[in-house]
Amino acid sequence: MENKVKNILLVGVGGQGIILASEIMSDVLLDGGFDVKKSEVHGMAQRGGSVSTHVRFGTKVFSPLIKEGETDIFLAFEELEALRYLHYLKPEAAILLNEQRINPPGVSLGNEVYPADVAGVLSRRAGQFKSIPGRKLALEAGDARAVNIVLLGALSSILSIPEEVWTNNILRRFPPKAQRINLDAFQLGRRA
Amino acid sequence: MKEKRVLLSGNEAIARAAFESGVKVAAAYPGTPSTEILESLSAFDGLYVEWSPNEKVALEVGMGAAFGGARALVVMKHVGVNVAADPLFTLSYTGLRGGLVLVTADDPEMHSSQNEQDNRNYAKFAKVPMLEPSDSQEAKDFTRIAFELSEKFDTPVMLRTTTRVSHSKSIVKLDEPSEPPVKPQLLKEPAKLVMLPANARRRHPVVEKRMEELAHFAETFRENRLEMGEKKNGIITSGISYEYAKEVMPEASYLKLGMVHPLPKEMIRSFASQVEKLFVVEELDPFIEEQVRAMGVEVSGKTAFPLCGELSPALVERGLKGIFPPPVEEISQNLPARPPILCPGCPHRGIFSILSKLKLFVTGDIGCYTLGFLAPLKAIDTCVCMGASIGHAMGLDKALGEQALGKVVAVIGDSTFLHSGITGLLDVVYNKGAATIIILDNRTTAMTGRQDHPGTGFTLKGEDTFRVDLAKLARALGVKHVKVVNPYNLTASERVIKREVKRREPSLIISRAPCILSRREKSSFEKLFFVDAATCTGCQACLRLGCPAVEWVKENGLSAQGKKRKGRASIERFLCCGCSLCAQVCKFGAIKETDGE
Repeated sequence: MENKVKNILLVGVGGQGIILASEIMSDVLLDGGFDVKKSEVHGMAQRGGSVSTHVRFGTKVFSPLIKEGETDIFLAFEELEALRYLHYLKPEAAILLNEQRINPPGVSLGNEVYPADVAGVLSRRAGQFKSIPGRKLALEAGDARAVNIVLLGALSSILSIPEEVWTNNILRRFPPKAQRINLDAFQLGRRA
Repeated sequence: MKEKRVLLSGNEAIARAAFESGVKVAAAYPGTPSTEILESLSAFDGLYVEWSPNEKVALEVGMGAAFGGARALVVMKHVGVNVAADPLFTLSYTGLRGGLVLVTADDPEMHSSQNEQDNRNYAKFAKVPMLEPSDSQEAKDFTRIAFELSEKFDTPVMLRTTTRVSHSKSIVKLDEPSEPPVKPQLLKEPAKLVMLPANARRRHPVVEKRMEELAHFAETFRENRLEMGEKKNGIITSGISYEYAKEVMPEASYLKLGMVHPLPKEMIRSFASQVEKLFVVEELDPFIEEQVRAMGVEVSGKTAFPLCGELSPALVERGLKGIFPPPVEEISQNLPARPPILCPGCPHRGIFSILSKLKLFVTGDIGCYTLGFLAPLKAIDTCVCMGASIGHAMGLDKALGEQALGKVVAVIGDSTFLHSGITGLLDVVYNKGAATIIILDNRTTAMTGRQDHPGTGFTLKGEDTFRVDLAKLARALGVKHVKVVNPYNLTASERVIKREVKRREPSLIISRAPCILSRREKSSFEKLFFVDAATCTGCQACLRLGCPAVEWVKENGLSAQGKKRKGRASIERFLCCGCSLCAQVCKFGAIKETDGE
């Protein structure tokens, strides 16, 4: 029996805006007519720790968690965190990597080494691979915090959901003065 | 009208249901994964919500409302029920008039908890019914049903969620609020509400009869649902485990239990007789499995699924089909870990750097400051439950006497102290202990997301209220030595700590500075800091603060003084808050203020 559910895994570091990105994404998928489930963990994970959020959509979704080896689209906000979750990916997964490295405590202290060439490792095992200079594009749009919206833009380019569903949901989430910047961030990500 | 469908978390759905059910009073103490329920509910008008000082008080407030005929929602994390267990067990005897639903948000896998107790056992122990939703729609539906059952059977009803239900979002259909059938009024019913032995002896048989009636009701309860598929495999399950099982074995037959206590035994027996192989899929304890076995029905449960930790689709698939998930890849193993850490600028960091330097034995408590356990600070030696730090210090003092004098200190947050530290401090004074306690007063309940408490001066609704003065409170309890320190002043704080730990009398130090993430009180730091690369000797004193903003740069060479060094420190501008701790610990003056900004 064919599984008609698609799985999106978002990973990164607490404070990178992953939860907001997954919220907007889930609302877009709901508006797109899908059943949607999303799972994340709050609490301890907020304090700069490793964060992963699962988003699943399709005709009928049961588990809010993605099974290992079943991720279709991998949205990695941070390079080291991308490596941590590789066993969740399908061999042909689409990988969108934000070019950002945030040193974990062991690396800051000089006791551990940040892994080299993450983009190379990921591109070799992806069905589709895109490396996105999220911070650079967010600054271009006018606010470094808009990295998450840049990445949503990149995601939108590989999902067949009308563009205005995305822009409507982004507009709904921000006060008027922040809307222009976030729409620009979305467009820059979409074209990246 | 078009049906309104929205994505809600399990917590938001419970709040919505409380609103739709006409709840008058809702009380809770914050605790992951339950916190968002009352935060969401506080946005609705027409009902009273409060952060109680602890879970016992929350339940007692809820009971009062329910005794008055109003509907009450009481919310806590799993370990909170331990605190509220005293009123719970006797509330089971009294029953109530308005419906009372007690939400227990369990945390299998201990994402943010000190144990993973399975609170289904409380339902059996306290003799109250328990419902367990699988997703957000059920979280809303079951909460509404729970209020109806509470009034129909004159019993509190427990609603058990787990982290994956509390914090997952799924589609919920919204309904309009309706008026509860019972009207609030004062009504004297001493034989029911005064649990003197004579009355309680009459109430216990009522409880047993009620459980029998509920067991009978469970057989036809619409949320105990048969989903017959192929007959080869039959699965009895509930809560999030149902979703995992349906994911990996949609073709099987299911007995999906909405009520996990009491169980519908006839339904189970009949289901078991219709399938070839019977499984119970449940997280943590073999709660359902043992009862099914006791009925003489053969079943697979904990032989196929783990006792510890949360389940996942892969673990359920392994148990049902023997299919193993793909292994963690080699490249993902041995990666640098990324644990949660104290924020840059956190007021706790200074105190922990002093405790670490003085090599004290630190009895710890529950909150952000538990993160002082992690390297490089490594300054927490015990952590068990809310308020325990003070008792631990007292016990060590009484057991070890001179051997421990000057070497032990308790640390406890302001919210935790008000939750259950006051009685511990009272004990230290009353029984002439020599313990020294540091209250890390950051004026908020930080770990759960900065909730107010009696020491902040604000209510859950954000209204102004009386703010308890911790120093005055301690003096009223009889603590003669109360000192207030600024944790951003390392020298002065260290001097006070050194002096107070040696005292042969109870002493209290209040480390006072707002949480760096406080919405109300902004830090007064004006300038950021940088490391003068030439002056840095590479001694790593600043790195031992464990601040995320301070990094080590490997670089063999010489410092300005011509000394050999293997590297130097560097400060990440975007993370620095300007708290100055690193500059204070640098003996070489290498850490300097930036110009402006």
